[in-house]
Amino acid sequence: MPLRGGGQRLALASFLLAGLALMVVDRAEGPFFERIRTSVADLAAPVLEVLVQPVSAVNAAVAQVRALIDLYGENAHLREEVSRLRAWHGAALRLDAENRAFRALLDYRGPERQAFVTTRVIADGRGPFVKSVLVNVGERDSVAKGQAAVTGRGLVGRISEAGDRSARILMVTDLNSRIPVLVEETRTRAILAGDNSERPLLVFLPETAGVRPGQRIVTSGDGGTLPAGLPIGVVDTVRRDAIRVRPLVDASRLEYVQIIRYDAARPPPAGEGKGTPR
Amino acid sequence: MKPTLWQRLDTWARRLLPAGLCLAFVLLSVVPVPVPGYAAVVPMLVLAAVFFWAVHHPRLLPPAVVFAVGLVLDILSGAPMGQGAVVLLAAYGVAASQRRFFHEKSFAQVWAGFVIVALLASILAWALALVAGGPLLPPRAAVFQYLLTVAVYPLVTWVLHGVQRLVPAEA
Repeated sequence: MPLRGGGQRLALASFLLAGLALMVVDRAEGPFFERIRTSVADLAAPVLEVLVQPVSAVNAAVAQVRALIDLYGENAHLREEVSRLRAWHGAALRLDAENRAFRALLDYRGPERQAFVTTRVIADGRGPFVKSVLVNVGERDSVAKGQAAVTGRGLVGRISEAGDRSARILMVTDLNSRIPVLVEETRTRAILAGDNSERPLLVFLPETAGVRPGQRIVTSGDGGTLPAGLPIGVVDTVRRDAIRVRPLVDASRLEYVQIIRYDAARPPPAGEGKGTPR
Repeated sequence: MKPTLWQRLDTWARRLLPAGLCLAFVLLSVVPVPVPGYAAVVPMLVLAAVFFWAVHHPRLLPPAVVFAVGLVLDILSGAPMGQGAVVLLAAYGVAASQRRFFHEKSFAQVWAGFVIVALLASILAWALALVAGGPLLPPRAAVFQYLLTVAVYPLVTWVLHGVQRLVPAEA
């Protein structure tokens, strides 16, 4: 009995050390550990897909009841929105035609084709220390590291790890997220840096940028991994030491996301587009 | 009398119950629940289960299994690999070393023990995240997560007490 207890203690101590060692090694981001992580996620994916079902059923029921309750208010609100959007629709049609005419004149060939795959969030890693989610598509759906994950509202994050049938999305709010962005109105370039809070920071922008709350932040496409012009958020607060951005996507209600396969939208090789005004 | 194949399979299945339930708790704690703010404070079910087994029947959940469960938790939740494993093993070690103290104690006293162990575990998790991640994180979410974990312990105990009766005693 005491011997067995001693053995257990030894096992405990060695596993504790192994865990600590793993944390140190894991920081080095070796491909070996990435393989292990993606394999475990792949194994868990089918189980999680099943577990998600009742959650979404309850969610759908709650949404339905809520919709029934404020049917009247919702209707009035939608009517108002439709009349407002109708004006925008007209403007969009006009601008689209104008844009097409200009493009034809300039022989412009930009990155236009974008393939995407829609997927479900199957595990939520948005604990106090990490902001990432697991989705049930992977390399067999040609999802790869670095691709953008979006909803109808805007950018959610990008793929940080892709297994065979599962992939991890690093949210824009995660500590490790850095995304090249620009302020839509002024075209000022900056980096959107997550810090695990709900409001990521806008960093590396010129002091004279004159950023104001309410301005939209979109991807700049710099670095070539994300398509340009994806909306991310609006400037929330501007202080001398920190400019914070409120993401457009409500991460706590994330159910379905689209992964943009940007490979299919690679811009034409350099030289071909020379002389194209930006 | 030699046990039949079915009996042996049955015994094995029962012996795997504690580990299997820990894995089930891992899966439950990463299932996305679309309630604002929930994900940041989701209770550490696995910690409660590990504490339960460490106090009542550490042999049913050896350190190797705790380590493996912790790794799966880290991988699925996207935490730095090893963080959850270290936290769970530390809690397991503290709880198992105080087994004699918890012996024959009322539920409330064991719960009080969990309040302390979970606090130590939360502080450890927070400190490890600090070491692994860099900047100081606001401890607010971690505090709420701790409170929820403590609150959910009676429920976990209730489930595991039921399960415990299915596990062969001399395993």
